[in-house]
Amino acid sequence: MVNLIIDNKPITVEDGATILEAARKINIRIPTLCYLDLGELKMVNKVASCRLCVVEVEGRKNLAPSCATPVAEGMKVTTNTKRVLFARRRLLELLLSNHPFDCLICAKSTDCELQALVWEFGINTQRYHGEKSSYPIDKTSQALKRDPEKCIMCRRCETMCNEVQTVGALTAFGRGFNTIVGPAELQPMVESNCVYCGQCVSVCPTAALTGVGYIMETWAALFDPTKTVVVQVAPAIRAAIGEEFGLPVDVPVTGRLAAGLRRLGFNAVFDTTFAADLTILEEAKEIIDRVRKNENLPLLTSCCPGWINFLEFHYPTLKYMPSSSKSPQQMMGTLAKTYYAQKIGVKPEDMIVVSVMPCIAKKYEAVRPEHCTSDARDVDYVITTRELTKMLKENGIDLRHMDDEEFDNPLGEATGAGVIFGAAGGVLEAALRTVYEEVTGQELEDVNFTAVRGLAGVKEAVIDLNGMTLNVAAASGLGNARKILENIKQGTSKYHVIEIMACPGGCINGGGQPYSEERMERIQERVKALYQIDSGKALRKSHENPSVKKLYEEFLGEPGSEKAHELLHTNYWY
Amino acid sequence: MPRITSYSELIDTCQRLKPLLDNRVNTDIQAGGKRLILVCSGTGCQASDSQQIVANFQELIAGKQLENTVQASITGCFGFCAKGPIVKVYPDDVFYVQVKPEDATEIFEGHILGNERVRRLLYDEPVLNQKVETQHAMFFYRKQMRIALRNCGLINPEDIDECLASGGYLALGKVLTEMAPETLIDEMKRSGLRGRGGGGFSTGKKWEFARHYQSEEKFVICNADEGDPGAFMDRSIMEGDSHSVLEGMAIAGYAIGAQQGYVYIRAEYPLAVKRLQIAISQARSLGLLGKNILGSGFDFDVAIKLGAGAFVCGEETALIHSIEGKRGEPHTKPPFPAQSGLWDKPTIVNNVETLANVPAILTRGADWYSAIGTKTSKGTKVFALAGQINNVGLVEVPMGTTLREIIYNIGGGIKNGLEFKSAQTGGPSGGCIPRQFLDTPIDYESLNSIGSMMGSGGMIVMSEKDCMVNIAKFYLEFTVEESCGRCLPCRIGTKRLHEILTNITEGRGTEADLVELRELSGVIIDTSLCGLGQTAPNPVLSTMNYFWNEYEAHVKEKRCPAGVCQKLLCYEILPEKCIGCTACARSCPVGCISGVVKQAHLIDQYKCIKCGACMTRCKFRAIIRQ
Repeated sequence: MVNLIIDNKPITVEDGATILEAARKINIRIPTLCYLDLGELKMVNKVASCRLCVVEVEGRKNLAPSCATPVAEGMKVTTNTKRVLFARRRLLELLLSNHPFDCLICAKSTDCELQALVWEFGINTQRYHGEKSSYPIDKTSQALKRDPEKCIMCRRCETMCNEVQTVGALTAFGRGFNTIVGPAELQPMVESNCVYCGQCVSVCPTAALTGVGYIMETWAALFDPTKTVVVQVAPAIRAAIGEEFGLPVDVPVTGRLAAGLRRLGFNAVFDTTFAADLTILEEAKEIIDRVRKNENLPLLTSCCPGWINFLEFHYPTLKYMPSSSKSPQQMMGTLAKTYYAQKIGVKPEDMIVVSVMPCIAKKYEAVRPEHCTSDARDVDYVITTRELTKMLKENGIDLRHMDDEEFDNPLGEATGAGVIFGAAGGVLEAALRTVYEEVTGQELEDVNFTAVRGLAGVKEAVIDLNGMTLNVAAASGLGNARKILENIKQGTSKYHVIEIMACPGGCINGGGQPYSEERMERIQERVKALYQIDSGKALRKSHENPSVKKLYEEFLGEPGSEKAHELLHTNYWY
Repeated sequence: MPRITSYSELIDTCQRLKPLLDNRVNTDIQAGGKRLILVCSGTGCQASDSQQIVANFQELIAGKQLENTVQASITGCFGFCAKGPIVKVYPDDVFYVQVKPEDATEIFEGHILGNERVRRLLYDEPVLNQKVETQHAMFFYRKQMRIALRNCGLINPEDIDECLASGGYLALGKVLTEMAPETLIDEMKRSGLRGRGGGGFSTGKKWEFARHYQSEEKFVICNADEGDPGAFMDRSIMEGDSHSVLEGMAIAGYAIGAQQGYVYIRAEYPLAVKRLQIAISQARSLGLLGKNILGSGFDFDVAIKLGAGAFVCGEETALIHSIEGKRGEPHTKPPFPAQSGLWDKPTIVNNVETLANVPAILTRGADWYSAIGTKTSKGTKVFALAGQINNVGLVEVPMGTTLREIIYNIGGGIKNGLEFKSAQTGGPSGGCIPRQFLDTPIDYESLNSIGSMMGSGGMIVMSEKDCMVNIAKFYLEFTVEESCGRCLPCRIGTKRLHEILTNITEGRGTEADLVELRELSGVIIDTSLCGLGQTAPNPVLSTMNYFWNEYEAHVKEKRCPAGVCQKLLCYEILPEKCIGCTACARSCPVGCISGVVKQAHLIDQYKCIKCGACMTRCKFRAIIRQ
């Protein structure tokens, strides 16, 4: 333990702690910008590049960046001297001098950490004038938007991309004033090895990295009388969108969300959770087949498009491992334009499918060429939780004052198993509920596989299926996935089924979710919300979903049937 | 030569080879015996064809079949680069300057065969205003004390025999056989040697820290990423005496318990790289690097890592990142490299000049070394003299030598008899020292106290014709260019500083700018991540402190007193001198001079682009620049 004094307050902290950590313990607030510690998600960015957290340390010649300076015995720190405040203000003014001033029309306005600091500091004049960096905006990927002029070189995205996700798509280039973060050789994003997991977006303090927006396209579709516009909402949306309307965590928003979407003008409001149940049936069939034949194991889940991109770029030799089932989003898109379109007598080309996803990679997934079952894209536009919020607000829809409504049928009914897809470990748990009953023929009494829940990077469990042992694991965060994949490559993996989610914690922490200063608390709450919905459901096993059963009876035959394969399965690149 | 397997065998070998250097060390041996022609083969002289000079000499010698009495060979840098190529004749101690390949015949026939010095090629000493006969008589060398540069210009750097003849690797042998690492570190601490790369941290202490941390692997890095504009002592040492650096690294390795060393050198130094490669392979073949050095059981090897030429990679943590294959940018210290450096192992990073001093200190003892210099700064320092000075080149002087001695004695005074204005030391991190400090004995502390720093030893001399605002702008331009871009104050702050300076030199400066310059400088110093940013405003602050009147003139009067800042110049025609020849009007590229033939002309100040063409053209000195 180390004793030190901050602003005349004595404090004892653990060895190796930073001044910033120590100060926060005694509620001394030091402004930060580049610094980020996502605790349980194991993402720490302390490159000390913005220097806004500088403090005075007695005996030290220059100011110390509190985020990266370890405490020392007897240290005397002052966080609010004239010298410190003067330096911080000038630094912020310098940062502004190379930042666009289009805050009013910036995608990040009111969610921008730079803007918030400038507001806090009360800066209302422009001290420095001079050359500003000028770079084109990169929207080539149709998923991730890169606007380098808004980059403040905090390097959070780099830390996330390289150290947490181990994707290695972003790095700093150039020198001095011309330094810029981007993909290799500053080539367009679409030509990079970016997997569009969107975690960089979720940590970017400004609008340097955001999602490519489809609000205008969606409005255009909604107001086009010749189109039937169908919307689907991913499980994780209901756990997060309430935040944007200031709703308390314990208020369920699923019904209000369905109502809000209907009010927006969608002709049918479907639930991706239905498709999640469907995914489980197809995937469970594959699991059982492969485990029984003991071939091509482990089976890797395939509902996360960021993870699939990662597999294709980094582990192309393992492309036979994932389940061939399409993701719930794409299953829903396909069914909407086939099964549902036929049912209501609309030509697929007259139907527009909009997805509301917590995700950036879903935007990319929707434009992949193989997802065109009926000559048009199965999913036309993917908007994020944040984009939907904006649309609702523009339309005057306040979820605080909405009454609950149900999703539309036939693609709107869901079980608790589908809902927990939104949290890391949820897909695996949902699959286990079905696999157990399929294999053993017995009813699963306790459906809660708690061992695979939570925010840990890798969770594992051993499941006894009446004599057949299933070793399963759930990894979230691509860095954790990489560790598991390396084991598979070396033949040392013991698992039969592995769920992989690109985002640490799963979809509830996706790159399209609402921004929050208290991100970790929000994530915990979102996880809790999903499991609450699950436990409150009468039906908690995908194979019990009546609408899914009906779909097989009317249209698909049985899980793994030829028709199911034609419509609900896909294959991977390389 | 077979592997040398013990210290005693090394001593014997050195003794046996010693005569190789006899007629170089004892220059009083009179002509008549064997003669040696040494031609500088440093980068500068090679660029002026010095290799052809050696070849020509060798051909002439062979032509006369004089191989037994005359030899021609290459050697390292003499430090007198502005007057290169240099040819030195031993034992006569004759120093020829600016020799061309075709001059070989004249030297050979006149001097070697005819015993007559070629006076034309002797150095014209500016202090005496006459030709000097021997190197020892040159003011440039008289006050120098060469420890780090001891073998440069003395031995053939590509021949390890000559290195051994000069006592090379004896210090390593002594240390491995007779000294425990702790004793060695004590000796180094006692010697008072401080880092020559700029920081000035005690070398012995640095080693002690690294020794203190337990680790299976440790590393010694030689920082050869010399980047200060105008400084080239490290390059010269590596080109002229690579072995001294390797020996220093091996000793450092023994001290801290490392078995692997890296020389991080910029790829723009191809000759130094080549010489290092030769030296490493020679040392390996003699068992002076590699496994079980001199039978002591100590293993140490050295690899070369090429840098891509970023100034910031001279910062030790950035350098380490670069070796690791990462982007060359620094990180916050602590942890210091001594605790967690290359591949997170304890690492010491020592500069070339520092390491070259190590063998000399251990051979002659800490007492000898610490007797040289000042109270806090021991030994000698190599300076790269440049700018408005007569003798441009490398000089090694004891710490505590005054600027006046260096500039007016060794340096031969200011060019063209101009007035001294300032000396800039410490490269882009340093400051400009004005006239009143000419008699300050130079060491780490004194330079810091007058707003400059030792840095790696660049010393650029400025005369009355230099504009100090412009000089500050020049250095800022360098740091803006070389900033790694990681931390905000350095990335954007230096850019804004540079922009303010540009405004001032172009006549757009305001008095508020002068206040801002100081304040912003303070913030950059206070908040930058690494030494580059923390020192970047030094040239601004020191020039503001000592040459405030120049800043004021630029801002208040829109005038550049030194007549350097182009946009502030004013060309005027003196009507009483103008005869109306029209030459100026015809030469003006923007047609801003009007006038009738045989009548005084006039310059339109609004149109004038200050190119100076008219002034050059006027034969009657009728155009003045203000």
